Amino acid sequence: MVPAKGTQMKPAPFAYLAPQSLAEALTIMDQHGDDARLLAGGQSLIPVMNFRLAQPALLVDLNGVAELAQCAADESGGLGIGAMVRHSQLEHSQTIARLAPLLHETMPYIAHPQIRNRGTIGGSLAHADPAAELPVVTVALQARFRLQRAGGERWVAAQDFYQELFTTAVQPQEILTEVAIPPLPPRTGWAFLEVARRHGDYAQAGVAALISLDEAGVCQQARLVYLNVGEIPMRAPKAAALLLGEVPSPSLLAAAAHTAAQSEIDPTSDVQGTAVYKRHLAHVLGQRALQQAIARAQAALTA
Amino acid sequence: MEKHTIHLTVNGTAYTREVEPRLLLSDFLRHELGLTGTHVGCEHGVCGACTVIFDGTAVRSCLLLAVQTNGHTLQTVEGLGTPDNLHPLQAAFHEAHALQCGFCTPGFLMTLIPFLEQHPHPTEAEIRQAISGNLCRCTGYQHIVDAVTIAATHSTNDTSV
Repeated sequence: MVPAKGTQMKPAPFAYLAPQSLAEALTIMDQHGDDARLLAGGQSLIPVMNFRLAQPALLVDLNGVAELAQCAADESGGLGIGAMVRHSQLEHSQTIARLAPLLHETMPYIAHPQIRNRGTIGGSLAHADPAAELPVVTVALQARFRLQRAGGERWVAAQDFYQELFTTAVQPQEILTEVAIPPLPPRTGWAFLEVARRHGDYAQAGVAALISLDEAGVCQQARLVYLNVGEIPMRAPKAAALLLGEVPSPSLLAAAAHTAAQSEIDPTSDVQGTAVYKRHLAHVLGQRALQQAIARAQAALTA
Repeated sequence: MEKHTIHLTVNGTAYTREVEPRLLLSDFLRHELGLTGTHVGCEHGVCGACTVIFDGTAVRSCLLLAVQTNGHTLQTVEGLGTPDNLHPLQAAFHEAHALQCGFCTPGFLMTLIPFLEQHPHPTEAEIRQAISGNLCRCTGYQHIVDAVTIAATHSTNDTSV
């Protein structure tokens, strides 16, 4: 087809459907899932289509599915976040700030304001970029993802969702529709830190930390999850195990951060930085994140 | 590919057009509507030159498809002032020398209009965060920050900027 005069087309041709309900979207994916890509915020998908690195035959636009744009808290303090909730909604939500402060504090690190106005939590999670913030944070929060298909659904733990580079548990006929975040235990502290060449650029490395203490200040739960130092969000269970049952001390935090950076991540060199430098960042950021998370947990202890 | 009929409002004017799904909003504005004030820089969401206001929020028009604007309301730089009657933010850019080559300017303006509505008295740090997604390759950022400060000062109690 000859484009109209002066009109250039960046993406390759595709058919376009804009379902107005989840049921309609699921039916479309049931019939065409093998050839289709879901369009959420489009802040990652459209660029790769502009480069023609992705050439889907069918684009299924979820932006008209209002039921996926809801965010609600349950009585126990857990959160259900619809896949089409945009980053800017999470960034400015007092409910998110109160119930999921780690998630809330991470939002400003995600790209730039214009991107956050459009990008969605479901789109970011399903895109599974190892340098993205939300996959790491949802793994740290032990979130569960609802995968729906025509006539059925299943829930997958965030840590099982990420399989390989840009590869998730979502099957071609499925749609990631909701993110469930469990309530935080009492006396839980959190931290998210990353280093990027410029604010909003892809991070060279980053980390999310969550620490829960008992009433005596003993660590009951510890989680460290790193970004951009492996193909998927990289958990550090050996480092976390060092903290469990202990009253965290500076030397113990240093040992945990060292263990994680030396034996639980797998950075590779790329345009953002060398593997050696990313490992260094992971070490330093891990220690700082643990310090911050524990200080917050201890503040809750004395409050 | 099958074309889709879209109805949208741009700068208060209603348009109906037939578009291919793969037509980017940035190219639609420039080539179909002739609104060439929206500039196209990187075309993959990095530079911010193509920023427009979509239902009240700043978005990158190179990362939206024209077909996605069906039923929505847009504002582009053409919807601000005229050469004889500049928008207060444009006047502040002029006053502070906040543009050199001017290529990035429409994107900065359309980013800052909703920002100033939400932050009528921004701090310098807030201004710098607000424009973090816009590149100026003349690197005149300091004067852009100055312009926003001037616009905010001039618009006391006027949230429409």
